[in-house]
Amino acid sequence: MEATIALAGNPNSGKTTLFNTLTGARQHVGNYPGVTVEKKQGTYSRGGLDIKIVDLPGTYSLNPYSMEEEVARDFLLNDQPAMVIDIVDASNLQRNLYLAIQLMEMGLNVCLALNMIDIARTRGIEIDTEKLSRLLGVPVVPTIARTGEGSKMLIEAASKASQYDRSPLTISYGDDLDQALDEMEDLISGKDFLGDICHPRWIALKYLEKDGKIISQGRERDPELSAELGEITRRVADHLEKTMNTYPEAVIADHRHGYIRSIIKGVITRHHGEDRFFLSDRIDMVLTNRFVGPLIMIGVIMGLYKFTFTYSELPVNWLESLFGWLSSSADAALPDGLVKSLIISGVIDGVGGVLGFVPLIMFMFLGISLLEDSGYLARMAYMLDRVFRYFGLHGSSVMAFIVSGGIAGGCAVPGVMATRVLKSPKERLATLLTAPFMNCGAKLPVFALLVAAFFSENEAMVMLAITLIAWCGALIVAKILRLTIIRGESTPFVMELPPYHLPTFRGLFIHTWERTWEYIKKAGTVILGISIVLWAMMTFPALPESQQTEYERQRQGLLASTPSETIHEVETAQGRTLPTEESPALQTGIEAIDRAENEARVRYSLAGRIGVALETISSLAGFDWRTNIALVGGLAAKEVVVSTLGTVYSLGETDPEESSSLAETLRESPHWSPLAAWSLIIFTIFYAPCIVAVVCIAREAGSWKWGAFSVVFNTSLAFGLSAIVFQTGRLLGF
Amino acid sequence: MALVCLRHMKKNQRGEIVNIKADGELGRRIRDMGLVPGTKVMIMGRAPLFDPVALRVMGFTLTLRNNEADYIEVEVK
Repeated sequence: MEATIALAGNPNSGKTTLFNTLTGARQHVGNYPGVTVEKKQGTYSRGGLDIKIVDLPGTYSLNPYSMEEEVARDFLLNDQPAMVIDIVDASNLQRNLYLAIQLMEMGLNVCLALNMIDIARTRGIEIDTEKLSRLLGVPVVPTIARTGEGSKMLIEAASKASQYDRSPLTISYGDDLDQALDEMEDLISGKDFLGDICHPRWIALKYLEKDGKIISQGRERDPELSAELGEITRRVADHLEKTMNTYPEAVIADHRHGYIRSIIKGVITRHHGEDRFFLSDRIDMVLTNRFVGPLIMIGVIMGLYKFTFTYSELPVNWLESLFGWLSSSADAALPDGLVKSLIISGVIDGVGGVLGFVPLIMFMFLGISLLEDSGYLARMAYMLDRVFRYFGLHGSSVMAFIVSGGIAGGCAVPGVMATRVLKSPKERLATLLTAPFMNCGAKLPVFALLVAAFFSENEAMVMLAITLIAWCGALIVAKILRLTIIRGESTPFVMELPPYHLPTFRGLFIHTWERTWEYIKKAGTVILGISIVLWAMMTFPALPESQQTEYERQRQGLLASTPSETIHEVETAQGRTLPTEESPALQTGIEAIDRAENEARVRYSLAGRIGVALETISSLAGFDWRTNIALVGGLAAKEVVVSTLGTVYSLGETDPEESSSLAETLRESPHWSPLAAWSLIIFTIFYAPCIVAVVCIAREAGSWKWGAFSVVFNTSLAFGLSAIVFQTGRLLGF
Repeated sequence: MALVCLRHMKKNQRGEIVNIKADGELGRRIRDMGLVPGTKVMIMGRAPLFDPVALRVMGFTLTLRNNEADYIEVEVK
């Protein structure tokens, strides 16, 4: 079996950059089972070596509080890698060693990569590597991950050291705890308790640290012994509480930090004080300034938005014309019928729907990676946290809201994916469930249609109101969710503001490509399936033969009453202006019959029947069966609401961008009023996200339960709100 | 020399942590980042809405919410 090396390290220690340097393009990204933490693997093959490298998530510690920490620790315990390379930021040795000694306490084979040694030197920090290596008893190799300097030596040192067995590091935690540990260790080794997980002293330490996961495993294995260990823990905890007013966890952390201080005392020489201001701090004086900071942040947000949605327009258009061409080729090549309809409306539109988002997702991830890797994203979270925390969210939630359409015209699919920058699980879930309320680009044609039909004098005001409604709705619902089903204290905001630095292009592109590819692979197949189901709902059951014949008879009748030269003219005209007067009349006549047939066909289909059946309830919000069908169609993509409305009002396929005749029809229809339009606007803002977004929500939340929740909850909420608006409006006499 | 709560420290003020009263997840997170008794801190600034606060600890910058800073007692110079 090939050897495995795991890369561990703090966030911002340059771990991913080193991983990219070591493995090049030969990497594979997946997820750890059941969680959304990314699992990256690659192979290092140089100089006759063939080593599997696993990039663990960046963590400050191995106490399993966050998903990342849990995943990292489980991997180390279960997979027992031959070697762990701990990447430490040389400028921040003291904090970084906290993880290193925890790894060594587990008894793992550790090798330190003293990364960004060049930056440490320019900051006036000198490190005696040999002495550090001697004191810790592990190899220490200085590296510069960006340039690859030291990486060869690192791997050599690591693979050499992996051949020796290492005994676990033992730190003294003071008399009280040491005594307890000795006592527990004897009990544990006497029964080989949890021996398959780790060595006895570590297990004892975890009992003292009140590690929920290990304790529950222990209770399962040997409840009696586990209770005994728990009793010793309580005894020593009581003693510490009485004598020193502290807890075992705190004492353990204090001693670990004390141990680190004693080690680095003779290892680091500083030519400047610790508080010296560096370039990064001077940049922060401007970028997080009370007055200038927020203004610059608005600029950056607008910039990201423009970058994502403007520059992706060109490739999106290419894809659209490609799929348009595919549709028309299929249209020409295939005989009329079900197969053709399935291929064009089900498969091509479905695949087009999936791939149409790809440029958006790529540009969004590129922009966000740039902000994240440069260190600015942490500053945004820092500046905005006060606002978002009020609603039970986190400063980093802003990105997801903006990309989803916080500035009208975004897209919830990349928006939901943008929640990956949030490390706190509850805040993240609340963000990804509420971000789809924002007004994405596909909802805009619906609003444009209704505004053109009923509010053409106040266009700008109404659009502003729609944006505000979406923001208030999302924030209030987030607050409600955090008070009810995602209840719980907010995750601590103990966060590092990493020094600013220029991201590497290679890192940015690898990052962007991996995530985009994952979307295509995982989401693509599901979405294709669902779009075929939706197509079937709009198609089956087909109109009964008698009705089809009836429409055909009408067409034939019209043709029979027209002189044959005119028919010939129409058939050969193909877009040219028609010379005689009868021909346009014939053409419109035939089109009218086609449209009537389409209307009848949609109404007869399953989706149509659902729409008709729901009319009794939906009339509470002012929607007739036509609107219902359009809204069912909107599940595929929101702009379909407009084209379906066109079909059911017998106007033929309506281009969402060109809906003026439809607007006129709505204005004159007795079923419609400005109040009904408001009701539909509210419904469109809040109802179920489109299927692509639902699939992404389920994937990001790690469970289909949340995808289903967003469909059911959002639709109920939307219906409740629009019914309230409609009924109140009616009472007030609108 | 005086004991104050970290929340009430002013910008650019320095001090040494004396006591951390936090327990559970918050306590663990604070300690994981190196905030333990004996650690020197300096206030770098506060966010535009006066919360969170940014500190310089062992050469890096750390942010904490004000209600989290309440658990930390500092002896200021």
